Amino acid sequence: METHILSWLVWLPIVGMVAIAFIPREKSEVIKIVAAVTTGLQLWLAVMLWLRFDTTTGGMQFMEQAEWIPTFNIAYKLGVDGLSLPMVLLTPLLSFLAIFVSWNIKKAVKGYFALFLLLDTGMIGVFLSMDFFLFYVFWEVMLLPMYFLIGMWGGPQREYAAIKFFLFTLVGSVLMLIAILALYFTCGRTFDIQLLIQTAPEALDGVLWWGISAIKVIWVLLFIGFAIKVPIFPLHTWLPLAHVEAPTAISVILAGILLKMGLYGLLRINYGMLPEAVWWFVGTLAVLGLINVIWGALCALAQTDLKKMVAYSSINHMGYALLGMAAVVAAGSIHGTNIGAAQAGLSGAIFQMFNHGTIAAMLFILVGVIYDRAHHRDINGFGGLAKQMPVYAGVVAVAFFAGLGLPGLSGFISEFMCFVGAFPVFRLIVILSTLGILLNAAYFLWAYQRIFFGKLNEKYKDLPDINGRELFAVVPLAVITLILGVYPRPFLDLIKETVIVIINHVTLYGGSIGPLP
Amino acid sequence: MDNYQSLAYFWPEFILVGTAIVAILMDLHYQRAQSYKVGYWVLAGFLLAQIAIFVQPHETLTLFLDSVAFDPFGRFFKTVIILATFFILVVSPYSNELKNYRTGEYYILIAIMAFGMFLMVSALDLIMVYLSIEVVSITSFVLAGYLRKDKRSNESALKYVIYGAFSSGLMLFGLSILFGLTGTTKLFEIRSALGQLDSSANYALILSAILILAGFGYKISIVPFHFWTPDVYEGAPTTITAYLSVAPKAAGFAILIRFFHTVFTDGGALSAANWIGDTGLPWPQLLAVLSVVTMTLGNVVALQQTSVKRMLAYSSIAHAGYMLMALPLLSGEGLYAIMLYLVMYLFMNLGAFIVVIAVKNKTGEESFEAFRGLGWEMPFLGMVMMVFMFSLTGLPPTAGFIGKFYLFAAVIKAGPQFYWLAIIGVLNSVVSLYYYLRVMKMMFLEGEHKDVLTTPATMVTVVLICLAIPALVFGIFWSPVADWVNQSLMFFTQGM
Repeated sequence: METHILSWLVWLPIVGMVAIAFIPREKSEVIKIVAAVTTGLQLWLAVMLWLRFDTTTGGMQFMEQAEWIPTFNIAYKLGVDGLSLPMVLLTPLLSFLAIFVSWNIKKAVKGYFALFLLLDTGMIGVFLSMDFFLFYVFWEVMLLPMYFLIGMWGGPQREYAAIKFFLFTLVGSVLMLIAILALYFTCGRTFDIQLLIQTAPEALDGVLWWGISAIKVIWVLLFIGFAIKVPIFPLHTWLPLAHVEAPTAISVILAGILLKMGLYGLLRINYGMLPEAVWWFVGTLAVLGLINVIWGALCALAQTDLKKMVAYSSINHMGYALLGMAAVVAAGSIHGTNIGAAQAGLSGAIFQMFNHGTIAAMLFILVGVIYDRAHHRDINGFGGLAKQMPVYAGVVAVAFFAGLGLPGLSGFISEFMCFVGAFPVFRLIVILSTLGILLNAAYFLWAYQRIFFGKLNEKYKDLPDINGRELFAVVPLAVITLILGVYPRPFLDLIKETVIVIINHVTLYGGSIGPLP
Repeated sequence: MDNYQSLAYFWPEFILVGTAIVAILMDLHYQRAQSYKVGYWVLAGFLLAQIAIFVQPHETLTLFLDSVAFDPFGRFFKTVIILATFFILVVSPYSNELKNYRTGEYYILIAIMAFGMFLMVSALDLIMVYLSIEVVSITSFVLAGYLRKDKRSNESALKYVIYGAFSSGLMLFGLSILFGLTGTTKLFEIRSALGQLDSSANYALILSAILILAGFGYKISIVPFHFWTPDVYEGAPTTITAYLSVAPKAAGFAILIRFFHTVFTDGGALSAANWIGDTGLPWPQLLAVLSVVTMTLGNVVALQQTSVKRMLAYSSIAHAGYMLMALPLLSGEGLYAIMLYLVMYLFMNLGAFIVVIAVKNKTGEESFEAFRGLGWEMPFLGMVMMVFMFSLTGLPPTAGFIGKFYLFAAVIKAGPQFYWLAIIGVLNSVVSLYYYLRVMKMMFLEGEHKDVLTTPATMVTVVLICLAIPALVFGIFWSPVADWVNQSLMFFTQGM
């Protein structure tokens, strides 16, 4: 098993799904337990992987490779490095907790958990695939369960939200397919991601398509695909809808993991295979990051629906990560070879991906808690709940403070790192983005005030406090946020070597070259 | 090879003719209520024909004085046709639409139609091309109008006849121009004769090619020769609709590929270099535009349908468009992709239509409304329909994705000048997602939990499983299909 740990991580949920398929649909408790055990085992495997992970190398570890379709050079290839490991840890963790969050699902329990496990396989498969074809398959496999999970178990507008999500993501992924095929045929007929990272920059150098550099064309095709997932303004419109209409557990997964796939894809694929284009695009990327920060915060400020506010805060948080990613160019000679800044920015971006995963998950779970009790999410419809639900108020305080980036909690550190990294290169943009922090604080605190302070709404004088099961889902996340907020070192050590590898790779192909045609 | 020697290689066709004759005799024997049993005789005949194809020597020859090809390419399409026929024959007795009719002739006609398609996929002579297409067309006219008491079925047959007659007239005109230019009906001789023509014949050649394309295009429903498709598909018995959407379409692609390849390329090398000589017309671009128009129209109109059957009719137009995308490349990869796609398409499209049959048996309707909440009541039907719909959309891990993947790969491989085609193609599959998902939405997102579950007739269930498994498995492991296609293409008769 040692050598196939990645395969186990990927396929374990499928085993659980098949098991669930054979359980009669009346036995809903058994189904839930099977789902919990499956994801629990997966989490255990992920922790094992983490403990055995070698932090002294930035390369791929635990590689697995097998032939799949040799005539097309398609292989089954898995691997993990410092870029994917945080996500590989986050995915089983959130899946496991989300099973408990969805414990109250009444409708078609069997279908729900079977689809959930399929989703789990798709997600972790994306992070572990080292073959572009396999990556694409996992990327798409996710869409199907997500459509049904939003469409069948979601809120009032669920059908519209589900189809909008599906159509948006599919547009992105089919463009990605074109890019994958173009890369395949121009770079020596391979889907091997590692190989493409080595060969693509050379193979595409100087290639022109209709007078435009091939590197730019492929970058744009891939970028649209990933940007829709992140989501980057103006391709974000599916997100508030999908997040609000999805059932709580699915919102957790959407915000916690699916959004990270976009950033992961940009870092792994775009930064890896098209490093020259990074230098061309990075200014736009930083501006898009700024827009995400400000736009997300302003929209969040305007919401009266608590879940929608949290959804927009996700857009805002992704903006910081984009800024951090843009900071990679600081390492180039044209920007003074400031490797420290590049390192801070890129580590900050990856750290932000992880932190947002935990924080957003917490926020969505807590929104779900109040929605289960009050059956609405109108921020103005509550009031004075702090007395009625003291424990809940306390946990929400931690989550909100984490969300607004209070020092001492993990969100602060990653956002700070993104800013520090980007500052030397994008001074004005960073200064403007700090405005986002201010707006963040404004909407989180204002919402907190409206919900928990003031006079208790008479309707809710019998509202029970957060229960044990819900606490079980939130507390681990809160603890992670606290620990990483005080002592982020273990996490940063985990990704350090890979960050250096990425920076070196990107710097190798840029900084000195002229503009792309 | 002369006529007498050729007979030894003509066994599958003989068996089909024999099957038709036996079926006619058996039909006399059976009572009205028993007439569906003719189908089993036909089924047995098809199995025999398949065995004959299987044991035949795997050679590459031309039969009957160069008028019929005997090659793996033809064998491939014959097998595809038999496969499609097989599923239709098994399902037909369980279709309620046909319950009120004597169905003996129905099966006989299917046998004759399959015989016609066998000739279509191997025709190497202008007369043979025309005759085989006519055999297939005329039998399908009758089959489309088989529900005599149903107005729409009558309408569909009539429309089909008019369009069919018109386009085969056009094609005949095109063929006669070709004959006039070259003085022979044999495709190989036409090719060498065309090579000696000077440019004064260009206009005649262009006209002839366009007219012939109209004839073939009508068979595979390329826009603008598609107008018969929705009405015929909607009115015909659903089993026949399913059959028409797969088998004659495959045969149409076969004859299109064989004809244009044999006549208008320089043989041997599968290259786009000599695409209809130097007629001065940008043929690849023209065909690419036809393909784009076909898929876009199919998809956009499918969006607005209220009947699932009609939606599938338009979607089959769109699929013809996808396949056509790889034709103008005239590369080995392009043909390969088309053939692979046809195999995948066979399973998913037949499957979708058979689900429509099962739904119609239960509800008497084929509209989207009839599917409301059906996933809750008939989970099996819902599940397989999910596989077919996602496969038709082209999402991994289904067969449809692999089919599309090879098509797009072929297009991308042809170089940046065709990238626009690939991009339009993939965006079209996003559009198609919307209407395929509407079926899913009706089946699962609407409706309520049901305590009593129902399943379709056992035989229908078995057939659906037999179609759904390949539709899924070929999405993960398709090497056997890929190898089969590869071998079939390797010995494609290019010339003598």
